[in-house]
Amino acid sequence: MVDLPRRSLLAGIAALGASACSKINDSDTAKSLFKAAEDGHRAVHRALAGKQGLAKEYTRAERSPTFRGNGSVTVADPFYQQQLAGGFPDWKLEVKGLVEKPLALSLAEVRALPQRTQITRHDCVEGWSAIGEWTGPQLAHLLDAAKVRPEAKFIVFRCADTLYGRDYYESIDMVDAYHAQTIIAHSLNGEPLPEKNGAPLRMRIERQLGYKQAKYVKAIEAVSSFDAIGQGGGGFWEDVAGYQWYAGV
Amino acid sequence: MTKHTLSTRLWHWVNAVAIIVLFMSGLNISNAHRYLYWGDYGFDPKDAWLAVIRFPGWSTIPGHYNLALARDWHITAAWPFGLGVLFIWAAMLLNGHFRRDLTTTPRDWTPGAVIASLKAHSGGADGAAHRYNPVQRILYGMVFGVLLPLMLFTGLAISPGFAGVAPWLVDVFGGRQSARSLHFITAFAIAGFFVIHIVLALADWRLILEMFTGGRRAEAAAPPPAGPEPVPAELEAPAHG
Repeated sequence: MVDLPRRSLLAGIAALGASACSKINDSDTAKSLFKAAEDGHRAVHRALAGKQGLAKEYTRAERSPTFRGNGSVTVADPFYQQQLAGGFPDWKLEVKGLVEKPLALSLAEVRALPQRTQITRHDCVEGWSAIGEWTGPQLAHLLDAAKVRPEAKFIVFRCADTLYGRDYYESIDMVDAYHAQTIIAHSLNGEPLPEKNGAPLRMRIERQLGYKQAKYVKAIEAVSSFDAIGQGGGGFWEDVAGYQWYAGV
Repeated sequence: MTKHTLSTRLWHWVNAVAIIVLFMSGLNISNAHRYLYWGDYGFDPKDAWLAVIRFPGWSTIPGHYNLALARDWHITAAWPFGLGVLFIWAAMLLNGHFRRDLTTTPRDWTPGAVIASLKAHSGGADGAAHRYNPVQRILYGMVFGVLLPLMLFTGLAISPGFAGVAPWLVDVFGGRQSARSLHFITAFAIAGFFVIHIVLALADWRLILEMFTGGRRAEAAAPPPAGPEPVPAELEAPAHG
């Protein structure tokens, strides 16, 4: 009877697999393998798309009827709430860090810059998608105005919202920072951003997932490394739960 | 001549591990948003064509809900799977496995051919058959020609970074949420094949062994030995025990 050993063999393999998985998850080998796989996807995407390969843009008729708010949908900070009620008269967007000319722009000044409007799809890491029309200046325009120094390797977005008691932040590399569709949006579907979607300013980085699209942006900071920021993962979800820094997969 | 070439055996086992990891980590990812939609967008369960069950921990990698870690496993196993599909297609085209064993003629699709191959299989005489029967050709052909490429391309279409490479790929599948739905459906079609494949292989354990050793191809009509002095059978036999 061959059946019995075969069955126990299968059960053994399954048990080995289950215990191996939980051990593998925490090992340094697995972590470096996961990181290598993530970097590989980014390298292939960059090589095939080029630096300026565009995400698809849709027509107005193709927009979703509403745009879901996710993650932080409100900001507890009293200054924020006071500004929200009055249309953000004293809100400042700072551009700082490794720049020769730090900036602090009012919302009116952000709106006065050359604008880009794009109807794009927002893909959440959970799997859902929504389509909306975003308007705002290109990040490249602000970075050029602030004269980013050559040693800058990443752009960090500092946000007004907190989750689990931590400040939300995100970061991207210079390829995405200078991408044509990377904009600081102040409008969604022709209206000022609602609070749940990131009022007054949020990022659109169209070739990455939703958690990269920092909301309630206060400051844009050029850095050479994000090791010393937060826990060094390069973003809130990267630090808190180990999400991939490259959110293009 | 071996029944399974080295390239087939290597790919078979690497791919087996990859698709088990992809399927089980995929179930964990599915738990993050258990609704499937058609079209480009979809976030409201009211618009879903399918509300998927919550997959239990024993069926997922890791064994508890952890989207970040499940994505690590999924994104990593996608490499051997994706490169493997390219590799096995190149190997099958070059070594003639595709032309010899997977191409079908209109006659293979007739009910008579299907019944004949099922009868032959249940007779148990099929394990060492020289050629794949019509059902095997059709099933393996579907897996290689339809399911595996569909899995790979719908996966690429869901990735926002790849959508910057080939935005048209998303449109081919009718939008990003359609591609996601097809990715899910195809995963279960492959899982279905996987179950049938294992049940049939367990019916004759030598088939599994052969996928490691390569086995020996039963020649339909073995040509007479071409050597000048054929070794007498009685002399050769003891050497093989």
